[in-house]
Amino acid sequence: MEAVLDNIGLVGWAFAHTVLLFLFSGVLSLLLGTFLVALRVGPVVVLQRAAATYVTVVRNTPLLIILMFFQFAAPKLGVTFNFIDVQWGEVSMTSFFGAAVVSLSLYTSTFVCEALRSGVNSVPLGQAEAARAIGLSFGGVMSQVVLPQAYRASVPPLASVQIALLKNTTVAGVFGVMEALARMRILTNNFTGQKIGIFLAFAIVFVVLVEVLSFLASRLERRWRIA
Amino acid sequence: MTALEKQPEAPAAGEPLVVLDGVNKWFGKLHVLQDINISIKRGEVVVVIGPSGSGKSTLCRAINRLETIDQGSIALDGDPLPQEGKALAALRADVGMVFQSFNLFAHKTILENVTLGPIKVRKKPKAEAEAKARELLDRVGVGVQAEKYPAQLSGGQQQRVAIARALAMEPKVMLFDEPTSALDPEMIKEVLDVMVSLAKGGMTMIVVTHEMGFARTAADRVIFMSDGAIVEENTPHEFFTNPQSARAKDFLGKILKH
Ligand SMILES: Nc1ncnc2c1ncn2[C@@H]1O[C@H](COP(=O)(O)OP(=O)(O)OP(=O)(O)O)[C@@H](O)[C@H]1O
Ligand SMILES: [Mg+2]
Repeated sequence: MEAVLDNIGLVGWAFAHTVLLFLFSGVLSLLLGTFLVALRVGPVVVLQRAAATYVTVVRNTPLLIILMFFQFAAPKLGVTFNFIDVQWGEVSMTSFFGAAVVSLSLYTSTFVCEALRSGVNSVPLGQAEAARAIGLSFGGVMSQVVLPQAYRASVPPLASVQIALLKNTTVAGVFGVMEALARMRILTNNFTGQKIGIFLAFAIVFVVLVEVLSFLASRLERRWRIA
Repeated sequence: MTALEKQPEAPAAGEPLVVLDGVNKWFGKLHVLQDINISIKRGEVVVVIGPSGSGKSTLCRAINRLETIDQGSIALDGDPLPQEGKALAALRADVGMVFQSFNLFAHKTILENVTLGPIKVRKKPKAEAEAKARELLDRVGVGVQAEKYPAQLSGGQQQRVAIARALAMEPKVMLFDEPTSALDPEMIKEVLDVMVSLAKGGMTMIVVTHEMGFARTAADRVIFMSDGAIVEENTPHEFFTNPQSARAKDFLGKILKH
C-alpha cells in the first residue's frame, strides 16, 4: 500500500486517463450504438443488413485485436490519429489515446446497439403507429417516441455495457496510454514486495468507480420510472 | 354540447373528401378488403360496423396508409394517397387517428402528447402549440391533467387526450377504430360525448364502433362489413330497424342480445 500512497499523484493521473478514456468512448459508443440501432430497425433493407453485419463482426472480434488493428495496421492504410496531441498536466492525449478511444467506441457501440435493440422491441407497436399517424417522419418517430422509451427500458443493460467499457479501458495500457493498468504494472515491478497491496488498491478504485456508475444508473432508472 | 361545436365552417360541405375506389387487399391468402367503394362527403359521419375480423380496422388503417392496399385507389380531398416519404407524412398529419388502445406517448406528459405533432410536424412555435393544446384539453375535459403522464390517467381520460392530440393537427378527417371498446362502461359515455359534439361541429368522421347509441345520434350513414366486403349501407335508423341482408340481421341479433 505504501507504494501507492507514496505515488498517489501518479496513480491519480493514471486514473484520470482511465476516466477520460471511459468518458470519450462512453459518449461515442452511445451515439454510434444509437445510430446503428436506427439503421437496424429502419426501413432500408441494405442498411439493416450492413448494420447487422457490422455488429456481428465487431462484437465477435476480441477487443485487443481491434486495438492492435488501429495501432499497427490502420496507420499503414493511412488511418492515423497523429493530429491528436493534447497535454494537460500529466494527462497526455496523443495518437495512442485516439486509437484507444476509437477502438473502445467501435467495440462498445455494438453492445450498445444490441441493448438498445431489445429496448426498441419492448416499445409497444402502437407507440410508433401513433407517432406515424400524427405525421412524424421515420426520424421523428425514432427520436421523439421510440428511442426515448427504448433508452428508458434499456438502462440496466446499458449500464452493464458501460461498466464493461470502464474495465476494458485497461487494454489501452498495453499500447502506451498511461492509464491505471499501465501505472499498476510499473508499481508492481518497482515494488515487488508490495504486489498484493498494490493490486488491492487499484482493484478498490475500480470497484468504487463501477459503484458510482451503478449508482448513477439506478438513479436514472428511478427518475424515468414514472413515465 | 358546447365549445366543440364551434368548428370552423367546412369550406365546401357535401363535396367528397375521402374516396375509396375498388380497394382490394390481401394478407397472404386472406382477402381482407374486397372491392371496397366508399365516398365520404365533407362533414359526413360514417359508422363502420361488422363482426370481428371483417376488415374494419384494416379499412381504417388503409385510409392513412398505416396499411398498404394491393389494388384500387384511395383519395383524400381529391389527391391520391402518396406512396411514402414527406408527402405521406403530410397526408397522415391531415388524417387524425384514434386507436382502441389510446397509444398515448408513455414518456411524455399529456400536454407534450398534444403539442408534439403541432411543434414537430406543423412547425408551430411552442407557446402557440401549448395554448392551443390547453384549449383542446379543456374542451375534452382533461385540462387539469395537462402535466401528468398517461399512465396516471383513467382509460376514458386517456382516450379523450388521444382525441385532443389528433384534433391539435387540425385534421381534415378523423378516424376512430373502436375508441371505446377498451373502456369500462362508465367511461364510455364521456368519450362518446366528446365524439358526438365533434360530429355536431361538422367534423368528417369515420368511426368503427358497435355503440349503436352513437350511431343513432351522430351518424349520417352506417356501413356494414362482413368478411372484407361492404354488405349493406344505410341510414342508422333504417339499418338498425330494417336490416336487409341475412348477415346484418344475424349480426344485429347477436349484439342486441348483450
Ligand atoms: N398484419 C396482419 N397480418 C395478417 N393478417 C392480418 C393482419 N392484420 C389483420 N389480419 C387479419 O385480417 C382480418 C381483418 O382484420 P381486422 O383487424 O381489419 O378486422 P376487424 O374487423 O377490425 O376485427 P375486430 O372487430 O376484431 O377488430 C382478420 O382475419 C385478421 O386476422
Ligand atoms: Mg379492429
